[in-house]
Amino acid sequence: MSKRLKKSMFVGVALLSVGLLSGQVSAENIISGAGATFPYPVYAKWAETYAKETGVKMNYQSIGSGGGIRQIEARTVDFGASDAPLKVQDLDKAGLMQFPMIMGGVVPVVNIPGVKPGELKLTSEQMADIFLGKIKKWNDARLKTNNPGLHLPDSLITVVHRSDGSGTTWIFTNYLSKVSKAWANKVGNNKAVAWPVGVGGKGNEGVASYVRRIKNSIGYVEYAYALQNKMSYAKLRNRDGHFVSPTSKNFQIAAANADWEHAPGFYMVLTDQPGADSWPITGASFILVYKTQAKPKTAAAVLKFFDWAYHHGQQMAEKLDYVPIPPKVVSLVERTWAKQIKSKSGEPVLNVSLAQ
Amino acid sequence: MKLTGELDLNSPVSSHSVALNLRKGERLDVLFRGSALFSALLVFVIIVAIVVSLVIGAWPALQKFGFGFLTSSQWNPVTQQFGALVAIFGTLVTSAIALLIAIPVSFGIALFITQLAPTWLKHPVGVAVELLAAIPSIIYGMWGLFVFVPLFADYAQPWITDHLGDWPVLGMLFQGPPMGIGMFTAGLILAIMILPFIAAIMRDVFEVVPVTLKESAYALGATTWEVTWHIVLPYTRVGVAGGIMLGLGRALGETMAVTFVIGNAHKISGSLFMPGSTISSTLANEFTEAVEKLYSSSLIALGLILFLITFVILALAKLMLMHLAAREGTRS
Repeated sequence: MSKRLKKSMFVGVALLSVGLLSGQVSAENIISGAGATFPYPVYAKWAETYAKETGVKMNYQSIGSGGGIRQIEARTVDFGASDAPLKVQDLDKAGLMQFPMIMGGVVPVVNIPGVKPGELKLTSEQMADIFLGKIKKWNDARLKTNNPGLHLPDSLITVVHRSDGSGTTWIFTNYLSKVSKAWANKVGNNKAVAWPVGVGGKGNEGVASYVRRIKNSIGYVEYAYALQNKMSYAKLRNRDGHFVSPTSKNFQIAAANADWEHAPGFYMVLTDQPGADSWPITGASFILVYKTQAKPKTAAAVLKFFDWAYHHGQQMAEKLDYVPIPPKVVSLVERTWAKQIKSKSGEPVLNVSLAQ
Repeated sequence: MKLTGELDLNSPVSSHSVALNLRKGERLDVLFRGSALFSALLVFVIIVAIVVSLVIGAWPALQKFGFGFLTSSQWNPVTQQFGALVAIFGTLVTSAIALLIAIPVSFGIALFITQLAPTWLKHPVGVAVELLAAIPSIIYGMWGLFVFVPLFADYAQPWITDHLGDWPVLGMLFQGPPMGIGMFTAGLILAIMILPFIAAIMRDVFEVVPVTLKESAYALGATTWEVTWHIVLPYTRVGVAGGIMLGLGRALGETMAVTFVIGNAHKISGSLFMPGSTISSTLANEFTEAVEKLYSSSLIALGLILFLITFVILALAKLMLMHLAAREGTRS
């Protein structure tokens, strides 16, 4: 072995050990999370920008809300992410707290020859009855009453739903359960349900491509997918009786009208909210963290990341067709962090970070 | 280097070294036998381990639903009621369609390559069939969804429903709106996927038929068809059945391609044009978000059932082959 090679190997080993050491010293420079797939694009964008600005890396595995909950309960990640909020008793049992991080809307998309985006208007009851299989054809008399000028064909409706368990389905079936007794009794609200009719597509892209391919079909996808695929969406009648379009402004109105102050554990579902312009199928995606933190520095790094995202990430979110959390709700979340997330000795985690 | 091997054999030193070499060889042989035995046993250990872990995972569901799990067509994550009937039905029906299409076509391909094709064409056709086998299943799924489904929905399906839909009994199989997706499409995509396996094996076994047998038959005035049916097929029965079983095994377990085109509805319907689901497509769809214990346990139970179905079918095939071989033995 040549001298030079030996020397360079020595340097390499030395560098490696320095690297390992520094890795140990700055464990809070890497934070990890796992969960919902719906917010993944915006979390990834935030993580990339945040790493450039601060050097702190955030690894997010988008493995689905169910996987996220399982991983945070096994404590293999620093935070979990779920599209559906956890119930207060489940949070308390696991010692977790949750807060809303980003919002989006679910949009009914249709493929009816000759019907342009936004031309079809549906009431909540009609949505439920279509998905229950009670309204079978597009020229049903009930649909005609709120679509007087529109030519609706004498064709069977094909319902397209998600085949995989998903937060989108959770939000959508939550909405249907709220607006239709029959739906609540017969089908109910979950990430996957026993659909009375229709075909299932895997993922938002699966539903989008089925709706595009099957004539006279109706499905539901996240707002971003409807927008990016230029799909024909339907207007919905909201709780106040107005027909509204799915726009980020209307999602934000739905969120602003929600009463977060009186929602214990931030258990808040944004479907069927009051407000003249509020879009009825709006939902938030949540972050889960432990209340008592064995590693307060890592926990502080996690909270600092989300704090930064709340205040500096809105534009990035909007560019990706997500809806940022309203400022009123952000300050409420931050006050709750200070109150609830503590180190083992009982000190608030966020103060630890501010002191250093 | 010096070549000294044979000359030195007589000297005591070298005979000692030969003995050493022999002993070394013996030890190597023992080692070799041991590792071969280990590899063989490993297969059993892995199979047993898989079955045990599947049974443990599926236990809560089996305990809750019992035998009813096999006969219930309910699949409701909201009320936590699960039954495997829909998925079992979908799995068997799509595989049956696949075999129904793939066996005659593979037979034709193998027959053409071995008996009919001019020599210059044999090789290209053979390679093309083998290339089909090399395409990953996800590509079949995407091709099915993006290319085949729209064409099928716009052109073939309306025609079939119009012309065959009115037939008594059989017409029931072809009802429903022209969506392009459904159990028939899934079966057809599966057929294309398993075709190269069956065709390749058929070709290989057809080629081992002794030329003298065929020539004798031709000499007696038999046609190509008669030679194939009375000489080639009986001679290669075991190999052909093996190839079909290999294809069936693949069709039963295929996941992604089926998930793309079957329509993923938890419903049994009489029409092949309606959506359904198979065991593996249900697993692929629902495992990630199955948080509740009973839900994930039911999914694992589905996996156990698929394992058993495959095992039983392969075992039956083996028995059938043994029976055939035994009969052959007594006859000659």
